[in-house]
Amino acid sequence: MRTKQLTSSFGIGALAGLAMGAMASFAMPAQAADDTIKVGILHSLSGTMAISETTLKDVMLMLIDEQNKKGGLLGKKLEPVVVDPASNWPLFAEKARELISKDKVSAVFGCWTSVSRKSVLPVFEELNNILFYPVQYEGEESSRNVFYTGAAPNQQAIPAVDYLMQKEKVQRWVLAGTDYVYPRTTNKILEAYLKGKGVKPEDIMINYTPFGHSDWQSIVADIKKFGSAGKKTAVVSTINGDANVPFYKELGNQGVKAQDIPVVAFSVGEEELAGIDTKPLLGHLAAWNYFQSVETPANAEFIKEWKAYTKNDKRVTNDPMEAHYIGFNMWVKAVEAAGTTEPDKVIDAMVGVSVPNLTGGYSAMLPNHHITKPVLIGEVQENGQFDVVSKTSGLVPGDEWSDFLPDSKDLIADWRKPMSCGNFNVKTGKCGGKGS
Amino acid sequence: MLLRFFLMGLDRKAGIVLAILAFLAVVVPAMTLWVPADSPFHLSIFTVSLLGKYLCFALLALALDLVWGYCGILSLGHAAFFALGGYAMGMYLMRQIGPRGVYGNPLLPDFMVFLNWKELPWYWLGFDHFWFAALMVLVVPGALAFAFGWFAFRSRVTGVYLSIITQALTFALLLAFFRNDMGFGGNNGLTDFKDILGYDIQADTTRVALFVATVAALALSYMIASGVIGSKLGKVLVALRDAESRVRFMGYDTESYKLFAWTLSACMAGVAGALYVPQVGIINPSEFAPASSIEAVIWVAVGGRGTLAGAILGAVLVNMGKSYFTGALPELWLFALGGLFVAVTLFLPKGLLGLGAQLKAKLPGRKASTLPNAQPADQKGA
Amino acid sequence: MRRALRWLMAVCVVAATSTAAFAADLRPLVQALGSGGYSGTEKALAQLSEAGDPAAVPAIEALQAGDLYVRKADGTVVVARKAGDAFTLTDPLTRAALGEAPAGAVEKIRINNSLRRAISASLGALTLMSPDAGVRRSAADAVFKSRDASALETLSAAIAKEQDKGVRAAMEQARAAILLTGEAASKMTDADIQSATDTLTARGDRDALVLLNMVAGSGASDVTKKLAAAAVSTLEQKLAFWAALQNLWYGLSLGSVLLLAAIGLAVTFGVMGVINMAHGEMVMIGAYTTFLVQEFFRAHAPGLFDLSILVALPAAFLVSGGVGIVIERSVIRWLYGRPLETLLATWGLSLALQQAVRSIFGPTNREVGAPSWMSGAFELGGLTITYGRLWIVVFAFAVFAALLVALKRTWFGLSIRAVTQNRPMANAMGIRTARVDALTFGLGSGIAGLAGVALSQIDNVSPNLGQGYILDSFMVVVFGGVGNLWGTLVGALTLGTMNKFLEPYAGAVLGKILVLIFIILFIQRRPRGLFALKGRAVEA
Repeated sequence: MRTKQLTSSFGIGALAGLAMGAMASFAMPAQAADDTIKVGILHSLSGTMAISETTLKDVMLMLIDEQNKKGGLLGKKLEPVVVDPASNWPLFAEKARELISKDKVSAVFGCWTSVSRKSVLPVFEELNNILFYPVQYEGEESSRNVFYTGAAPNQQAIPAVDYLMQKEKVQRWVLAGTDYVYPRTTNKILEAYLKGKGVKPEDIMINYTPFGHSDWQSIVADIKKFGSAGKKTAVVSTINGDANVPFYKELGNQGVKAQDIPVVAFSVGEEELAGIDTKPLLGHLAAWNYFQSVETPANAEFIKEWKAYTKNDKRVTNDPMEAHYIGFNMWVKAVEAAGTTEPDKVIDAMVGVSVPNLTGGYSAMLPNHHITKPVLIGEVQENGQFDVVSKTSGLVPGDEWSDFLPDSKDLIADWRKPMSCGNFNVKTGKCGGKGS
Repeated sequence: MLLRFFLMGLDRKAGIVLAILAFLAVVVPAMTLWVPADSPFHLSIFTVSLLGKYLCFALLALALDLVWGYCGILSLGHAAFFALGGYAMGMYLMRQIGPRGVYGNPLLPDFMVFLNWKELPWYWLGFDHFWFAALMVLVVPGALAFAFGWFAFRSRVTGVYLSIITQALTFALLLAFFRNDMGFGGNNGLTDFKDILGYDIQADTTRVALFVATVAALALSYMIASGVIGSKLGKVLVALRDAESRVRFMGYDTESYKLFAWTLSACMAGVAGALYVPQVGIINPSEFAPASSIEAVIWVAVGGRGTLAGAILGAVLVNMGKSYFTGALPELWLFALGGLFVAVTLFLPKGLLGLGAQLKAKLPGRKASTLPNAQPADQKGA
Repeated sequence: MRRALRWLMAVCVVAATSTAAFAADLRPLVQALGSGGYSGTEKALAQLSEAGDPAAVPAIEALQAGDLYVRKADGTVVVARKAGDAFTLTDPLTRAALGEAPAGAVEKIRINNSLRRAISASLGALTLMSPDAGVRRSAADAVFKSRDASALETLSAAIAKEQDKGVRAAMEQARAAILLTGEAASKMTDADIQSATDTLTARGDRDALVLLNMVAGSGASDVTKKLAAAAVSTLEQKLAFWAALQNLWYGLSLGSVLLLAAIGLAVTFGVMGVINMAHGEMVMIGAYTTFLVQEFFRAHAPGLFDLSILVALPAAFLVSGGVGIVIERSVIRWLYGRPLETLLATWGLSLALQQAVRSIFGPTNREVGAPSWMSGAFELGGLTITYGRLWIVVFAFAVFAALLVALKRTWFGLSIRAVTQNRPMANAMGIRTARVDALTFGLGSGIAGLAGVALSQIDNVSPNLGQGYILDSFMVVVFGGVGNLWGTLVGALTLGTMNKFLEPYAGAVLGKILVLIFIILFIQRRPRGLFALKGRAVEA
C-alpha cells in the first residue's frame, strides 16, 4: 500500500511540476524582434488538406524570400512564421490566436476550406489582424479583417455555365458536389440562375457525395443515364479535393467523353490533374482566374521562379497560388502606402490598391474586400495542363452577396468609411443584414 | 450520504489532484486579470483558453479512463459523446446570436438562411434556454450511450468487437452531421458565437470564467469518478474488467454495472464537449472523426490507464506537445508525436504514472510491485 | 495500328485519283483551317467535309491530334511534329517534307470540344468508303453520333456496297439516326419510320435511347413520335433490367476492393490479433511502390509500360512486407499478449509513416498510369464493365485463394496456425515462433501492399490513401468474424453489394450511414461476427 502511495505521489508530483512548467513557458512574453516584420502562414501541412495547402505555404515562402531580396519592406526584413494547423478546424483558431498574440505577426496568409476560415474569422475580428484567403469560395461573407483573393461564385461558376450554354448548347445539367457549404451554395446560386434562364427543374440533377468519396461507379452511371434524355448534358462539378481523382478515373474508364458530356469543374486545377492520366479526360473543362498555360511574361517569370525555388522542374502552378501572389503584392503595396504594418491603417490602405496579376492585367481590391479578376475557361490537355478556350473580355468584380439568393440579393459590403459595413441592406438602408 | 460518497474515494492522490485544480482555479484568473500585462507573471488570455481546452480534453480522458481503465470497455467512440455535448452547447450559442447574424434574420441561424430553410426544425426548439441546453448536454450523450450500451452489453458484445462498433457509431454520426440536410450546419458546423448567458464570449472575464467552470467540472467529475471507484460498485467494475465471466457466475448483473459506468462516462464526455465549444469557438463534425476517439485513448495510455490522475496528465501533456510542436516543428511534429506513442507503449506500459513503479521494480533488493489498478489481468481478445 | 491503316488508305485513295488537281482544290480550305480562331477553323472544316474528298483526311487527322500548325513566317498551314527542340514540318496534303522550324516559329491550331466533335463527324463521313472494315465501322459510329445529313448519300452508297454484316448494321443504324432526326423524317412513310425505329431499338444501348428520346420530344410528326415513344419504353424496360445487374456488378467490384483492403488485415489482426492501425499505411506504401516502378519504366523502358503493374506486384509485396517485418521486429514483438498496446503503437507508426511519405514524395498526388489492358470498358449485353474493375475483381479473388492455400496447405501456414493457436506448444514442437511471427506480419503487410497496387488504379496516390480504407477494413474483418478468412470474403462482398444497392435510393452518404448502422445492429445479433470461431479459441 505504501508503495502505491509513494508512486502515486511521484506521478502527481510530476503532473504538478509539468503543469507549472507549462504555464511558465506560456506565460513568458514572446520576444518580438523589432527589426523584422513577421508574416504568418496558416496552411495545413498534415492531415487531409495538406495535399492542397502545402503548396501555398511554399509559394508564400518564395514570395517573402523574393521581397527580402528586393530589400524587404519599410527597410525591414520580412520573417515568415509557419505553423501547422493539421487540417483540424479548432486548431486553426488556436494557431491563428498564437500567430497574432504570441508571434505578433502583421498579417496572416492562410486557410483553404470554408470551415477553417469560419473557424478563424472571430479570432481575426477580435484581435484585429489581417487574413488573406486565397481560395475560391461560396461568398456570402465579408469581414473587415479578411481579404478574399480567390474567386466569388460570380467569378467562376456563372461565367462557366454561360460558356456551356452558349458554346456547347447545353440544356440539361448535373450539379455534382461534395456535401459541404461551397458546393451547396454554388449549386443554389446556379440552380436559381439556370431556372432564370428557362431551364426546367427536371433538367437539373443535383447530387451530393461525402468527402473523400472513392467509389464513383454508380454516380457516373447515373450521369450517363441522365445524359441520355436526348438533350445536350453537362456536369458542373464542385467535387472537392481527394474525391476528384477517383471521379475522373471512373469517367475515363466508363468512357464519358468531353465531346458527349463535358464536365466543368471549379475545384480541379493543375495540382489535382498532376495525379491523373489525363489522356481520357481531354476536353473536360475547368473555370479559374488563372491557368499555368496562360502565356504572359509575368506568368513565365513566376513559373520559372517557382520551379527554381522548389528545385523541381515538374512542379505546377495553380489558381490559389496566383491569389496569394496578388494578395501578397497588394499587402506590400498597402503597407508601403500606409507607412506602417499596423492592421487598422493597412486595412484602410488596401481598398483601391491595384497590382498586376499573372494573366496580363491588373487586379484591384474592391471596397467589399474582394478583388477584380478575369475569368478563364480551360480544356484539359493531354499533358495535364489547360488550354484556355474562353476568357472574359474585361475583369469581373467579386460579388460577395449573390444576386441569385433571396436573402442576400439586397446586401452589399463596403468597408470604406463612413459606411464600413459588411452586410449593408440597400432596401432598409441599415447595416446588419435583413433587419427585422 | 452524498458527501460520504464523495469523500469515500478520496485518498492522498485525490487530494493532490484536487489541490492542483483548486490552485489553478485561483491562480490562473489572478495571473490573467490582476497581474499587470508587463509583469513576467502575467498570463495571456490566449494561454488561458489553451489551458481551458486542455482541461476539457482532460475531462474527456477522465471519462474514458472510467470505462476503459476500470471497466475494461475500450471505447473508440468517446469523441461522439464529446461532440454531441458540444453540439448541444453550440446550438444554445447559435440561438444567442439572434438577429446579429450576417443576414440579420432573427429567427434562423445564418446557415439555414442561405440554404433557404423557412422555419426552425423542431429539434432546435428549446435551445434558446440555457437550462434546456445544459440538460441536453447530459441527456443526449447519456441517452445515446444508454441505448447503445443496453443493446451491446446485453448481447455480450465485448472486446475488439465492441471497440469497432463504437468506431462505426462515431463514423456514422460523423457522416450524418456532415449532411447539410440534417440542420446542424454541415461541414462548417456552428461558429461565430457572440454571447453566453448574456456575457460577451470574447471578453477576458468570460474566458476566465469558462476556464474556472472547466476546472470545477473536472474537479467534480474527478470526485464522482473516484467516488464510484471507491465504492462497492467500483470493486465490482474492476472485477468485471479482470474476469467478467466469473463475476457473472457469482450472480452479479454485470450488464447493469457496465451500463451505469458507460452512461456516466458518456455524460462526463458530453460536459467536456459543452465546455470545449465556447472556448474554441467552433463545433464541427470533424470532432466525430474516428481518429479523435483513438487520440483520446492515447492520452489515457500515455498518462497511465486505470489511474484517473494519469488520464488528466496524459491529455494535458499530449495536447501541450501538439500545440508546441505544430508551431515549432511544423514539418516534423507528426514524427515526434508518432514516436512518442511508440515509445510510451514500448517503454512505459503503465503510462507516465506507472513510471515510478517501473523504476522501483528495477532497483535491486526490492520486490517488483505493480499498481493493482493499472494492471488489468484480462487482456483477452482486447 | 488503325491509324496506320487509315494513312495507308488515304494514300491509296490519293494515288487512285488525280492527286494534283484535288490537292489544289483543297489547298485553300486547308489553309483556311489556320485562321479565324475556333470559328474560322470550324467553318473551314465544314467546307472540307462538304468537298467530300478523302484526300483531306490526313490534314484533318493532324488537326485532331494537335499536329497542325501555322508557320508564322508566311502563314502556311503545316503538319509539325516535335523532334528534339525543333519541329519537323510536312505538307498536310502532299506530305512533302518542308524542313525544320524552331519552336517559336510555328503556332499550333488549337481545337476545343465542339471542333473535336466536328472533326470526328467529318472524318466519319470521309472514311465510310475505306477499304478497312474497322475504319468503316468507326466511321459509321461517328456518323451515328453526328447525324450529319450531308453524309446520307455516301452512307447509302456505302450500305449498298458493304459486305461485312456488323459494319452494315452500324451503317444502317447511322442512317436511321439521320433519317429520324433530320428534315427527311417528315417525308417518310410510316413503314420507313417503323423500320428506322426498329433498327434503333435493335441497337438497344443508351445512345439509341438518347436518339429515340430526342425524336419523341422533337417536332416530328405524331406517328413518328408515337413510334419513338413506344421504342423508348421498350428500351427503358430492357435497360432497367440491365441496370439492376449493373448494380450487382458495382457491388461485386466495391466488395472486391474492400476485400483487397481487408484481407491483409485479416492476417495481421484476424490471425495474429494485432490491432494494426498502420495497415492503411502498408496499402499506401504498396501504391507508392507502384508509382516508383512506373517512374522507372517511364524513364528507362517506356515501351514496356504495360508490364509495369506486373512488376509492381512483387515489388509492392516485398517492400510492404519488408516494412512489416521491420515493424514486427522492432515494435510489435514486445507487445504480444497486449493487443491494446499494439493499437497505440501502430497508430503512432501510422502517423510517422504518413509524414515520412509526405516528406519524401511531397504532399500532392502522384500519377499512377493505367496500362492499356486495364483502361477502357467493354459491353457485355447491357452491362458496361470497365477493364480496370474487372481485373481488380479477378485479382482480389486470386489473392484470397492464394492466401487460403498458403495458410491451409503449406508448412508455413501450418506453423502460423500452430503459433497463433498455442504458442508454447508450438515452441516446444520446434517451431521458431519469433520467425513465424515476423513472417506472418510480413505476409499480412505484403498483401496490404498488393492491395495498394490495385487501389493505385482507382484512387489517389497520396499520403492519405490508407486512412480512407482502414476503418472499412476493420469493419469488414469484424463483420465477417475475426480469425476467419471466409468471413472476410463474405463480409466484404456483403457490405459492398449492400452499399451499392442502397446508394441509388438513399444517396451515397445516407447509404453509407445505413451500412454502418446495419453493422452495429448485426453485431448485437452475432457478437462475434458472421463466422464466429467456436470452442476454446473463442475465449482466447
